[in-house]
Amino acid sequence: MIIGLDTGGTHVDAVIVEDGKIIDTAKKNTNKDNLFISIWETLEELLKNKNLNSIKKVNLSTTISTNAVIEGKNNPVAMFIESGPGIDPSNFTCGDYTVFLNGYIDHRGREIKPFSSELVHKEAKKIISKGVKAASVVTKFSTRNLSHELAIKNILKDYGFSPITMGHKLSGNLSFPRRIYTAYLNSTVYNSFNNFSIAIKNAFINKGINIPIHILKADGGTLELENASIYPVQTILSGPAASVMGCLAFFNLNSDAILLDIGGTTTDISFLADGVPLLVPNGITISNYPTLIRSIYNVSIGLGGDSAIKVNEKGEIVIGPKRQGPPMALDGLTPTPSDAMIVLGKLNFGNRKKALEAMKIIGDKLNINPEEMAKKIYDKFGEIIKHKVFSLLKEINSKPVYTIHELLYSKKIKPKKIIAIGGPAKAVSHILEEKFRIPCKVPKNYDIANAVGAALAKRTFEINLMADTECKKLSVPEMGIYKNIDNSYSLDKAKKDAIELLIEGTKDFYVDYNPDDIEITEESSFNMVRGFFTSGKNIRVKAQIKPGLIQRIGGINNA
Amino acid sequence: MLKAKKRLGLVFFPAFDWQISPTHPEREERLLYTMDQLKEEGIFDIDGIELFNPVIATEKDINRVHFCYPDVNTKVPKSHLISAGGAIRAAEAVLNNETEKSFAIVRPPGHHAHRIVYGDRGFCIINIEAVMVEYIRKKYGNKKIAIIDTDCHHGDGTQDIYWNDKDTLFISLHQDGRTLFPGSGFQDELGGPGAFGYNLNIPLPPNTGEEGFLYVLDNLILPILEEYKPDIIINSAGQDNHYTDPITNMNFTAQGYGKLNEKLNPDIAVLEGGYSIEGALPYINLGIILAMAGLDYSKVKEPDYTPEKVSQSEEITKYIKRLCSDIYSNWKNREALAEKLFKDKEYVIRNKRIYYDTDGIMENQEEKIKVCSSCSGLIIIKSKSDRGDKLLAIIIPRDGCDSCINKGYELYKTTQKGKFSKIYLQDKVNDEFFSKI
Repeated sequence: MIIGLDTGGTHVDAVIVEDGKIIDTAKKNTNKDNLFISIWETLEELLKNKNLNSIKKVNLSTTISTNAVIEGKNNPVAMFIESGPGIDPSNFTCGDYTVFLNGYIDHRGREIKPFSSELVHKEAKKIISKGVKAASVVTKFSTRNLSHELAIKNILKDYGFSPITMGHKLSGNLSFPRRIYTAYLNSTVYNSFNNFSIAIKNAFINKGINIPIHILKADGGTLELENASIYPVQTILSGPAASVMGCLAFFNLNSDAILLDIGGTTTDISFLADGVPLLVPNGITISNYPTLIRSIYNVSIGLGGDSAIKVNEKGEIVIGPKRQGPPMALDGLTPTPSDAMIVLGKLNFGNRKKALEAMKIIGDKLNINPEEMAKKIYDKFGEIIKHKVFSLLKEINSKPVYTIHELLYSKKIKPKKIIAIGGPAKAVSHILEEKFRIPCKVPKNYDIANAVGAALAKRTFEINLMADTECKKLSVPEMGIYKNIDNSYSLDKAKKDAIELLIEGTKDFYVDYNPDDIEITEESSFNMVRGFFTSGKNIRVKAQIKPGLIQRIGGINNA
Repeated sequence: MLKAKKRLGLVFFPAFDWQISPTHPEREERLLYTMDQLKEEGIFDIDGIELFNPVIATEKDINRVHFCYPDVNTKVPKSHLISAGGAIRAAEAVLNNETEKSFAIVRPPGHHAHRIVYGDRGFCIINIEAVMVEYIRKKYGNKKIAIIDTDCHHGDGTQDIYWNDKDTLFISLHQDGRTLFPGSGFQDELGGPGAFGYNLNIPLPPNTGEEGFLYVLDNLILPILEEYKPDIIINSAGQDNHYTDPITNMNFTAQGYGKLNEKLNPDIAVLEGGYSIEGALPYINLGIILAMAGLDYSKVKEPDYTPEKVSQSEEITKYIKRLCSDIYSNWKNREALAEKLFKDKEYVIRNKRIYYDTDGIMENQEEKIKVCSSCSGLIIIKSKSDRGDKLLAIIIPRDGCDSCINKGYELYKTTQKGKFSKIYLQDKVNDEFFSKI
């Protein structure tokens, strides 16, 4: 049995899943001031009368880190930043104290100039005396050479700084500004997350349950609580990922598809490419901080069942982007798409008379009878989604390419199916099919899709290996590896090493090991020529344990 | 997050799967470190900087500029079509107002490609700027365009293509041709009878530093642009004037390239040469991008930069001052000079030898331009390669008068097939291209 839990804005949902069957569910209101209590109460209800020994694992999708960022309930952070030449690093100032260091590592990871350790000592002393304990250390190109970040961290440790986040451990991808923001966020949400993680761990132990606890990440994978406690930034914005993984759990999808989570206020749009969730290219953005955190592509638009409907000066119907209370059928004051769908008999709740009234208010302005008005609004609802989805697809399909082969042959996403979840999903599926001219499916248990998605998600991990045989250096920043190699190192060896490292990096926690989940996502080897001779190879390999499900609902691969 | 003061479109296409040969300067690795630097700096996250993918230039786009022998499909590889297509996409982004300015960081380069193309010279097969410029004119009307070629090598191909076209002001600043490939680009190469003075060469002495380049810009190029009033300014942005470039002898810097682009304020920049792939390109491209986007580039410096390294001698400073004053006087007196040279002439004939260094082909050309009072004049090129091929190329200019149009078609029709390996007619008035074997 596996437990999955999703923390939403209004409810906490939890499920127990076994062999592709949902055994039981629980639901509680979200207490925003004490998420731990909300989560634990939901789990306690779910675990009532269960054989606790048969629970193998628990996966939680929480909003602890996300809320800490958004609400600003954070630790003050001292940032130690080493930039070298380039864009002025003061553009990326965040945190409460920033120290700019004067060392420099270049694009190949070579040390051009050491940093001044006196300056680090001096500033560290000053900052710690002000009671600031959390620090982040970020140097440019630290993914190519982590030695400066490590050396600075070691100095800070002696002054009692804790936590100290090093940029290279968060992601092997390039982007100095994103590395700065990600490292800042990790240190600043550290205490909030650790208060939670300690509480939840103790709660399980007190109940006599000793099982792996995993936290859902924005890429649709999980991370064990121990690591999440060190890198809590990895757990931000996991909600949309839970919903996407939930959609995957109900259907066997191998084609390109559109995933829609249609709620009261917003509609979330994601995509599948050959059945695999599409990720954002660089990392997710939270509260205006672009990060290096891998995430499922998810765009939210202000359109939902309860969106306010107005008629503008040009006599056009405008739906959303704001919600102004419930539908009129539920005694609200503003006409909504839900009212239209109630009039059309597609939704069955509230007072139909009041819904008709809502349509009359809008219809009168346009000289259209209420039933016709409802049809028009229903049509417009589908039209807005179609328009947005097509413009997103256009953007996605023109992503930058760097090789002639990619330019000529790279894959374009062409959805063959829509999966919709959320309150109005069933009601709008008809218009979506009409607009997109592809089938639209709505799973039966969509209200617990997020919790199911969390339950069935797998541990994910990505590493970036770079080997420079001229410098004779190999670097795998995510695993803190920076070591010497000889000049016979090859692309084949790099791929083999990357796969071994992935397994090694996750073996302690990797209860669902499956060799098929491991893949090399990027590989390249450039001949380096200096003068007229090949002087080395520049090898780059990106490998991952890919996001996916350990099983589907309705039996493994059987839906 | 940073926000660009001027919206900038980037076509960044490093063609990581294409090379001339494994150890050639024009190889897969060339833009690798530039890409790393741009990614690490977060350039693609800057609000107002947008990436565009290249399109693929078509046969028709190429035939508007070149006479490829035997033809476009045989002679022009995909890589060059994409590089030209990258320049086209950059121009479109600006002219469709998708962005204010654009920079095509593409490879391979193009400015050594002449009108007639037997093969590869100076790593170029087709002239990517010219293909772009003629595409702009076809799609957006006959604009007045200034091309400022800041590559260290003379832009001899671009000069050849716009030799007799005064709607295109071509200014090339480069290392003196007596000391560097392709060996041309002297101040007396001023253009044909239809565009005399609209082709300006600024041959700079070896070891010219930041000071010299910026002097030329401030005291010669900017005043001339002020008078010419182009609709579009293009920077043919070669980066081999850099002090670390392995195949040239100049002392320009990333800061210098930044300043140059800030002052020149080009609408479109297109990468040309530049082969110091680790020490120069990552920093120069960063500097140009920031300058074009109106952002601060004052901290963009090479790791080994010192002001002493790039200073120039007093002698060079003096030489450049005199050079600029001579060239400016040519520009000012262009009409009088043309009158003296071309008055009462029916045709102006030039003989040229063009060497395709990459492919080892020697070409001999006779270019005959009609001195016409109603248009810039019909151009007739007879070409012979040392491989035994003989070509006749007839060019009717964009402003071609009825008489020149008729003459061009007449000559194409009446020239017998046996005399040449191939006969071409490029009718720029009607955007037509004919050829016969």
